[in-house]
Amino acid sequence: MSVATHPTARRATLGLFAGAFRVWRRDMESWRKYYRSSLVGALGEPILSLIAIGYGLGKFVDLGGVSYAEFLAPGILASAAMNAASFEATFGSFTRMTEQKTYDAILATPIGIRELVAGDVLWAASKSLLSSVAVLVVATCAGLVHSAWALVLPAVALLIGVVFGAMGLVVASRAQAYDFFTYYFTLVITVMYLFSGVFFPIESLPAWARAVAWGMPLTHAVTIVRACMAGRVGPVLLVHVGVLVVMIGLAYAMAVRWVGRRLIA
Amino acid sequence: MSAPIIEVAGLRKRYGTSEVVCGVDFTVEASECFGLLGPNGAGKTTTIRMITCFSPMTAGRLRVFGLPVEPVNYRAIKARLGLAPQEENLDPDLSVEMNLLVYASYFGIARAEARARVRELLAFAALTEKATARIGTLSGGMKRRLVLARALVNRPELLVLDEPTTGLDPQARHLVWERLRELKRSGVAMLLTTHYMEEAAQLCDRLVVMDHGRIVTEGAPAALIERHVGREVIEVATGDDPARRARVLELVRPHGGRVEALADAVVIHTNGAVDVRGMLAALAGEELVHRRATLEDVFLTLTGRELRE
Repeated sequence: MSVATHPTARRATLGLFAGAFRVWRRDMESWRKYYRSSLVGALGEPILSLIAIGYGLGKFVDLGGVSYAEFLAPGILASAAMNAASFEATFGSFTRMTEQKTYDAILATPIGIRELVAGDVLWAASKSLLSSVAVLVVATCAGLVHSAWALVLPAVALLIGVVFGAMGLVVASRAQAYDFFTYYFTLVITVMYLFSGVFFPIESLPAWARAVAWGMPLTHAVTIVRACMAGRVGPVLLVHVGVLVVMIGLAYAMAVRWVGRRLIA
Repeated sequence: MSAPIIEVAGLRKRYGTSEVVCGVDFTVEASECFGLLGPNGAGKTTTIRMITCFSPMTAGRLRVFGLPVEPVNYRAIKARLGLAPQEENLDPDLSVEMNLLVYASYFGIARAEARARVRELLAFAALTEKATARIGTLSGGMKRRLVLARALVNRPELLVLDEPTTGLDPQARHLVWERLRELKRSGVAMLLTTHYMEEAAQLCDRLVVMDHGRIVTEGAPAALIERHVGREVIEVATGDDPARRARVLELVRPHGGRVEALADAVVIHTNGAVDVRGMLAALAGEELVHRRATLEDVFLTLTGRELRE
């Protein structure tokens, strides 16, 4: 029996993406054990919202031209991406960071904080992709999608997922207990859900509130998704994408710093 | 003689105003099993955290595999290191086998190579039958063996074990010891913390006893026993009777040795020039135990008997 350990050939250590992919795959492998219940939650909620609010409430809403369901679908898609990534990167990552000590186990290997955070953010974004594609399929079947630009929406969902995944990890890195996430979901996520143009155009908000809304990532996300579904795609969308990319950079840098401070002390 | 695996000199760690490691020096040579002993709060785990790249040192010199332990070298050091932490941190949602395969992937080990390695390690850890079991269904001993197997997935040159058998029953403990001895024979250097003195005596070539962040003694187990306690120990039971205890103390004092009076016993360490025969003759009729000295005696002598919590 030879478990012996010889200074065998040194393997090149993994780069950022290769390392992040290993962490992503670990998350995916453990999710596979309970994907059924997870899928019901991730897909059921946005689809039910779309049906109940879009068609139920929609009958009483006049937006002049577009049906309310058509207006709402992009918002539901974007907020489904937000919610899926936010839950995973807060509750999920916090569990791995504290209770399960998965992060400690990973950090005992050549995987560093950067790859670890990137992997968990990408995993959160993968859950966004899943939820958003489900909404997209339902919206397409219901005739709410009017442009081939909808084909880029999975990529947009990933982008949204990365934004909220990185933000969620920032929050998780500062949390002392699960209760902490109640504040984040109530004060940040719910506020965005209600005031980022998901349910009504933000043009109907007072000027100061509109300014606040443009500071929120979901507003940019909804704008991009709505343009793609309706086929009104223009170069201005690149500005919205750019804002999200900058937010990703900031949140990722902050998450790396704070997760690092928490675990390497 | 090759370069030391671990070199620690003047190592310090401060958290805020409290210093938990206050100037520690030791080296671990290739193929050596080195023990860090000490009561709770002695600074053992913090020392291990610094060595395994989990905690930047406040001051001192620290090299592992000849590399200074600083962020630029973390990866290179961790690629050659195996860590079995004190708190079990296996992946609860993955099977036994997947735990090892996933861990192998973090080291960049290719799937085919990893599969062969995992088969080997499952056999080594006596977990082959449990390959597809969920972590929640394993006993404490099995989990510990799996943590050990996981620490070996990258064929480390240094294995760091933080209390490898705490909480295990005797059978499980002996199985872990057997495996660790096997690894030692194969040439892996080991650094282990424990507060089981028997474990240290069984496994360690050399050890240090730490207390309050400092090293209080260093040496091979047998040499430490000889130096601090002597070969033999005589324990005389005195019950809860101060008069009897005073009488026993009077009987033993003229014969030398280090005499310790406990609440219900008198303990004599026979180091130095002790007339053991004379003492035993003087104690004829007393209820006593005459036994070989152990590391536990050294430990209690050096770190005292008060509770550490």
